[in-house]
Amino acid sequence: MTAPTPSPAPHSYVSPIPVRRAHLGDALASEWTKIRSLRSTMWTLGVMVLLMLGVGFGVALIVAAASEYPAENESALGMGFFGLLLGSICVMTLGVLTIASEYGTGMIRTTLTACPSRGRVLLAKAIVFFALVFTITTLTATVVAVAQVALVSGPEPTVDQWLRATVGAGLFLALTGLVSLAVGTLIRHSAGAITIMIGVMLMPLVAAMFMMAESLSGVRDWLLAYALPSQMIALYSSVPVEGASGPTGWDPVWIMLVLALGALGGAFAVLNSRDV
Amino acid sequence: MIEVEGLTKRYGTKTAVDHLSFRVRPGMITGFLGPNGAGKSTTMRMMLDLDNPTSGTVRIDGRHYRDLDEPLKYIGALLDAKAMHGGRSAYNNLLCLAQSNRIPERRVGEVLELVGLTAVARKKSKGFSLGMGQRLGIASALLGDPEILMFDEPVNGLDPEGIHWIRNLMKALAAEGRTIFVSSHLMSEMALTADHLIVIGQGKLLADTSMADFIQQNSRSYVRLRSPQRERVRDVLHAHGFTAVEAGGGALEVDGATTERLGELAAENGLVLHELSSQRASLEEAFMRMTAGAVEYHAHGTDIHGGALAAPGPRWGATSEEA
Repeated sequence: MTAPTPSPAPHSYVSPIPVRRAHLGDALASEWTKIRSLRSTMWTLGVMVLLMLGVGFGVALIVAAASEYPAENESALGMGFFGLLLGSICVMTLGVLTIASEYGTGMIRTTLTACPSRGRVLLAKAIVFFALVFTITTLTATVVAVAQVALVSGPEPTVDQWLRATVGAGLFLALTGLVSLAVGTLIRHSAGAITIMIGVMLMPLVAAMFMMAESLSGVRDWLLAYALPSQMIALYSSVPVEGASGPTGWDPVWIMLVLALGALGGAFAVLNSRDV
Repeated sequence: MIEVEGLTKRYGTKTAVDHLSFRVRPGMITGFLGPNGAGKSTTMRMMLDLDNPTSGTVRIDGRHYRDLDEPLKYIGALLDAKAMHGGRSAYNNLLCLAQSNRIPERRVGEVLELVGLTAVARKKSKGFSLGMGQRLGIASALLGDPEILMFDEPVNGLDPEGIHWIRNLMKALAAEGRTIFVSSHLMSEMALTADHLIVIGQGKLLADTSMADFIQQNSRSYVRLRSPQRERVRDVLHAHGFTAVEAGGGALEVDGATTERLGELAAENGLVLHELSSQRASLEEAFMRMTAGAVEYHAHGTDIHGGALAAPGPRWGATSEEA
């Protein structure tokens, strides 16, 4: 600092491009460009749509051929569960990739240099991802639901049941995806985060199956009622999957909403304080 | 103008950056020099608010980086060429950055043209060579046409044509009145481009000086001579109080002498000289001397510093990569 330094130039550069104040809308446009310009988006969502349609039609055709009701007093909508279960794996994968792939490639440094507000980046990612997944899953679930009700004879579903099997299914998957996005933010590693999400999805059910001891029956019943696949079944059902206190009707959507908000809050806190 | 004040970064007990204070002024290229592991990249990441400093502040035109809503309009940075998503095309990689800062889309085409990537704009950046990746990174830095530009080791891995291109680009950008901050571990590269020099070693500031002053102060000058009567030359020099050091190829190096004086001495004693020339030690050597105590990763078994000092002649462009 003691050495003499050249005096600063008399002028500094002024760009002809006007500065217009950037806000969340610009971050949304940016995230939309990102998500639509990656082949992994097309692959995961494409596979999801094919699985939901294929499994949905397949199950309906098999049951229709056997001409039996899917379940006592339940409409054919309940068969949408199988497609939803498989679709959730794709949505979890995309949710994780939406942010973890930025860490994997180093793009995150460029992203956060361009938009230093961590909250704006995370919110924009969450909104774009949620909107995209919600739209596609709701549309696909609707096609499957209409086909299943048309193919399989059974009680006519109520309006509430229709809504849960379409909009409800879309909300549930999109919110599950948001949890994955938050886990991807926390873990920063695609494979690790996807493994965690699939474990969260399947382990409670598998563990509960082998809880034979009487003293564990409380835990077992809780796991059976609240495991993610059980919640998906509950979305279509009017009675709890296991026990009397499990979630029914719209409960799974509210549960996932709380989980997603909590996970995103945690992801934001970590993203905001951690070195990139 | 970038102002760095008391910047410190500690990882556990290890101090990567130690109370660093300096200013980067507009209208010139400021070189940021230090051996590998000196803390250059950590400092630059803190300047961009990617890493949180343990203490100290960085201000960009008087503001904190996180308070900038559209930072690309003020400061563009090339951190490393791979900080892009390889599955996305060059055009889309730049487009999403432009959108987040409300930069008009036509600017994407302009910067791609500027760095010469128009032909591969729609190709996935995954398949780009190191040089193309570097050009894409520079395009992203120039996207907002910012007043301040930061380049972290921009010539790494580039071919001579690419190095030449980056040098000229930086000079042209500085001439427009922009603030250019460029890091390197190669003194020779800095000597060709930088107007001002900030040298760090083990996270500490070692020098903050103009390039001209650095050259003035740090290059050792000596006289090199060759003669078929080497032993007699040595005796004569010794008798007149000069110390001649053996250099390779039968040459002698004499410190603190002028060619005039040695030429006269030779004539007086009837000595035959095959070479008599004035030499300056390279800046690379001066830089290594300065950072000798502050090199993070020493190459074991080779006395690189002593060896370099004893080596004759200027070593411009010599790349002494350590460890």
